[in-house]
Amino acid sequence: MLSSYFQQIIVLVGINMIAVLGLSILTGFTGLFSFGHAGFMAIGAYIAAIFVARLHLPFWMAVAAGAAGAALVSIVIGGLTLKLKGDYFCIATMGFGEAVRIILNNIEYVGGARGWESLPQLTSLWVVLVLAVAMVVITWNLINSRHGRNMVAIREEELAAQMAGINVFRYKMVALVVSAAMAGIAGALLGNYIQFLRPTMFNMVKSTDLTIMVIFGGLGSISGTIVGTIILTVLPELFRNFAQWRLVVYGLAVVVIMVGRPQGVMGGFEMTPSGIRKHFAARRARQALEAELRAAERESAA
Amino acid sequence: MSTILELKGLTKQFGGLTAVNDVSFKVAEGGISGLIGPNGAGKTTIFNLITGVYKVTKGAIEFRGTPIQGTEPYLIADKGITRTFQNIRLFKNMTVFENVLTACHTSARYGLLESIFRMPRYWKQEKELNEKARGLLEIMGLQDRMDITANNLPYGLQRRLEITRALALDPKLLLLDEPAAGMNPDETEQLMRLIGEIRKMFKLSVLVIEHHMDLIMGVCEHIHVLSFGCTLADGTPDEIANDPKVVEAYLGSDEEKKSC
Ligand SMILES: Nc1ncnc2c1ncn2[C@@H]1O[C@H](COP(=O)(O)OP(=O)(O)OP(=O)(O)O)[C@@H](O)[C@H]1O
Ligand SMILES: [Mg+2]
Repeated sequence: MLSSYFQQIIVLVGINMIAVLGLSILTGFTGLFSFGHAGFMAIGAYIAAIFVARLHLPFWMAVAAGAAGAALVSIVIGGLTLKLKGDYFCIATMGFGEAVRIILNNIEYVGGARGWESLPQLTSLWVVLVLAVAMVVITWNLINSRHGRNMVAIREEELAAQMAGINVFRYKMVALVVSAAMAGIAGALLGNYIQFLRPTMFNMVKSTDLTIMVIFGGLGSISGTIVGTIILTVLPELFRNFAQWRLVVYGLAVVVIMVGRPQGVMGGFEMTPSGIRKHFAARRARQALEAELRAAERESAA
Repeated sequence: MSTILELKGLTKQFGGLTAVNDVSFKVAEGGISGLIGPNGAGKTTIFNLITGVYKVTKGAIEFRGTPIQGTEPYLIADKGITRTFQNIRLFKNMTVFENVLTACHTSARYGLLESIFRMPRYWKQEKELNEKARGLLEIMGLQDRMDITANNLPYGLQRRLEITRALALDPKLLLLDEPAAGMNPDETEQLMRLIGEIRKMFKLSVLVIEHHMDLIMGVCEHIHVLSFGCTLADGTPDEIANDPKVVEAYLGSDEEKKSC
């Protein structure tokens, strides 16, 4: 069997993956930046903990309730901010994330600022693996459909998307709700794995971490999101023993990649057979076009 | 000939500036109409009013006999109006094919869950969308460029792709905002011929903005001339070309410019 340390890293990667995939739909594909996604994780985590530890309901129901709770709150946030122009959404998510944390600090029923200890450990390696794979498939299928293309169109050129009959508000809302639900699931799994919850676990640093993983992997690439999550989750864990160097290495890795490859590890590229085919077809077509243009130029010069 | 679009006393003010001032004209069904005028005349603003991007200050816009002002911009395409932009707005990081495929979305009905679980309707309708996009690209002569990222296309082809994307929405009325801007005379003539062809093939009505007069004299059956937000003239190309007010506006006599 795998060593428990190794198992623990896989579980953390899987949990982060679920949250970051959701954020990838919102930020990478729809172009909306959120700096409060840890807030949705917190909602999922605390609802799930209440379900198992206080109400003694089954674990699966707790996870579903965590997802649903986060999704419901996201509908309110989206309804208030997604029709506004520009960066209001981004600012609102930041405020939302902090608000969730401060509210949790003041609810004694869930442990307040001190935190909530000795939760049951119900999240297993297998649950995390199955859910993470399921989320990859769901994300992939969503993005590679007319709905996913509509989201990308909004990211690329919002006004043109509107003129192409795309209900921009609705699709932004769908992206937000799906990403919040996934963050909720991740939160539910996390609390029931590490067996304690503390509001500071879901602060703005955590939110930014999630966003960095999306950007690091490459906006608009699911395989990039996966790679980014693995690297940026494992790296700090490996350096856990050198606590003082941890953030330095993490920071360096991010800086190096952003300077060397500002589009992220993958850019918009997908590391799949169809993605590779597409990449080479695009290159071939571009080279053919360039050759033709050069030939035409020579002809007109002659 | 019946009327597909009619503007009635259309007015748009931005604060103190009246960009469009009491403009009325009709676009004939099945025809190519031109909207011309010097820089800043209010041409693009009229497109933005028709497509709901700007709110109308006063007046009415009727499409096939029913008022459409106040319609959400994303519902304008459903009604049968699509447009291109003066400063091209493609989905830049998508391929040429994906640009058109995306715009085909209104031809499919499958829902979110059907795509997540890849239900039969997803496969069937995705196949139909793919065929439709491919067909359009062939008609528009872009079939050899399908795999290129839109960003990497030369200017002329970008304009052509934008028109193709608009056609993917099965419009009844196509609004083209300076489709020939930045093109050389050769490309321009080619484009104008293409517009004539697609008008017949797709049974479209077309309203095209241009600020080079000579350029659309050849293709338009009817022309409306704007200057400083006001109507200057309205008529056939011949009438327009011989209208002293139009000639003056284009050659620039400064006294008359400020008032309508
Ligand atoms: N959103 C806006 N806010 C304020 N003023 C605007 C806005 N849009 C257009 N205008 C003004 O309205 C007037 C008409 O602009 P418009 O873009 O319609 O001209 P146009 O005829 O398309 O000119 P061009 O040939 O240069 O494209 C201009 O004076 C412009 O500055
Ligand atoms: Mg203009």
